[in-house]
Amino acid sequence: MTETTRTAPAKVPRASAARGGAPTPDGGRRGGRMLRRLTPWLFLAVPLALLVTFTYVPVGNMIYYSFTDWDGVSPDRHFTGVDNYEQIFTRPELFRVFFVSFYYLAASAVQIVIALYFATVLSFDLRLRNLFKGILFFPYLVNGVAIGFVFLYFFQDGGTLDSVLSWFGAGSDHAWLGDPESANTSLAGVSVWRFTGLNFVLFLGAIQSIPAELYEAAQLDGASRWQQFRHIIAPSIRPVVSLSVILAVSGSLSVFEIPYIMTGGATGTTTFVIQTVKLAFQFNKTGLASAAAVVLLLIILLITWIQRRLVPDEKVDLV
Amino acid sequence: MTTPLPARRRIGPALTYLSLIVASLVVLVPLAVVFLTSLKTSEEVADGGALSLPGDWLNFGNYVTAFNDGKMLSAFVNTAVILLFSITGTVLIGSMTAYAIDRFHFRLKKPVMALFLIATLVPGVTTQVATFQVVNSFGLFNTIWAPVLLYMGTDIVSIYIFLQFIRGIPVSLDEAARLDGANSLTIYWKIILPLLKPAIATVVIIKGITVYNDFYIPFLYMPSEDLGTISTALFRFKGPFGAHWENISAGTILVIVPTLVVFLFLQRYIYNGFAQGATK
Repeated sequence: MTETTRTAPAKVPRASAARGGAPTPDGGRRGGRMLRRLTPWLFLAVPLALLVTFTYVPVGNMIYYSFTDWDGVSPDRHFTGVDNYEQIFTRPELFRVFFVSFYYLAASAVQIVIALYFATVLSFDLRLRNLFKGILFFPYLVNGVAIGFVFLYFFQDGGTLDSVLSWFGAGSDHAWLGDPESANTSLAGVSVWRFTGLNFVLFLGAIQSIPAELYEAAQLDGASRWQQFRHIIAPSIRPVVSLSVILAVSGSLSVFEIPYIMTGGATGTTTFVIQTVKLAFQFNKTGLASAAAVVLLLIILLITWIQRRLVPDEKVDLV
Repeated sequence: MTTPLPARRRIGPALTYLSLIVASLVVLVPLAVVFLTSLKTSEEVADGGALSLPGDWLNFGNYVTAFNDGKMLSAFVNTAVILLFSITGTVLIGSMTAYAIDRFHFRLKKPVMALFLIATLVPGVTTQVATFQVVNSFGLFNTIWAPVLLYMGTDIVSIYIFLQFIRGIPVSLDEAARLDGANSLTIYWKIILPLLKPAIATVVIIKGITVYNDFYIPFLYMPSEDLGTISTALFRFKGPFGAHWENISAGTILVIVPTLVVFLFLQRYIYNGFAQGATK
């Protein structure tokens, strides 16, 4: 194994005809050829079985359930046409959850801007750069339930936030999670705290892969930091930023953990996924919940499609 | 540029450091306060403010309470078992898929690829309503195997990581081994898998942290109290400990510490791993 590791670099030219298609010593024998044909399928059997069982079968079933009034347990279900979809778009209490997503969408915008700023700043040589990088990234690794508790304590009456504010003479007895607007803003703030680190590391990686000569040349030409950002950094991180935007949009639509752990969806903080989970597992409305999930799936597919249209993804280079 | 605007030169970096320090405080203060709270007695929590210091810095009583009453031991064991099986499974499945797709020519290769590709677009949270029925029909509800299978079966990111890496391994190695009489399984096991080590490290780290932190799947599929994972066991602190913030805080810190230790030791791999994983 030691001698083979040395030969790993990717430079070896690859005649595609050589891939697996190489004649085998026993190529003449029928059994041998059959086996060769079957080999890839032997390797793919388990992965494909899992993929189909846990992704495609559920999607198929979900679409089917969405046209029924099934409760998830009883053996009989009735076909109800598009009734579930009609309910989602006409009952205001079901439709309202979409608006909660806007808080998280706004939060994602804030998050991307903050991440961009710190990625740019830390791409230059700074003292304690690795320490700052580590601190900014760490929240992304922390368990979601732990984050939920940390911020429940943070926002509670006389908790961390109130105490810090009173230091600055801005003490208030505002119940941060008490009314819908403030609660959703607070929760969206938690999501900024949690996810900025990931965006930051992605951006930083992209910025650091820019060759140093470009900066040197720019500095020789007397370019300011802002000009360097505008003309060197910005263009080279565009793909990563557009990817982050897509992740942020679909992430904002499928928020679950933080609001569920912190408020359980109370005071108007129910998100789309919380509602779907409740419909399905508390109220046994599998049909309605499936329809909701199908709507969410379609929205996310639509957004992804739009993104692929706007920013042709050079990363899809499979096969 | 000989020394123009010396004042501006000094203010710029100062502001940069100021912004970094503020950001660091925003990250650290909420965590630090919870750590302080975990060392306080319940009277100190009730009387003092959130930012007050604990009287006894070595008061670990809350940790003992949290660990015992919060069933943290069985939670750590369950999580460890799930981690072991799902990570092993993910590595094997991901590398086998990548091997089959990259090293063989077969009809239906494109459709198979498309099948994996399209699946990345389906966010897991949306399909749980129906996935639940599938898991239930296998009789896996409320067993440890439900999350294990789900983590193994729906990880397409790791397949991509392996696929990218396997392309860098020269086919001539396979061919040399084949001439020596090795079959495909031997080539996969003896040549490809060992050479995939860096990719395996990446997948193990990403998968490990994701599984350790996941709340949604164990919450849905393993409601039984004996089957608590780190996340669900901690979540259950909400009920019995009510407003006992010193215990909740201790439980929270217990959950965060392993992550912190892993992060400190594997920093570099973690940054690269998540960068690779997220851009796929």
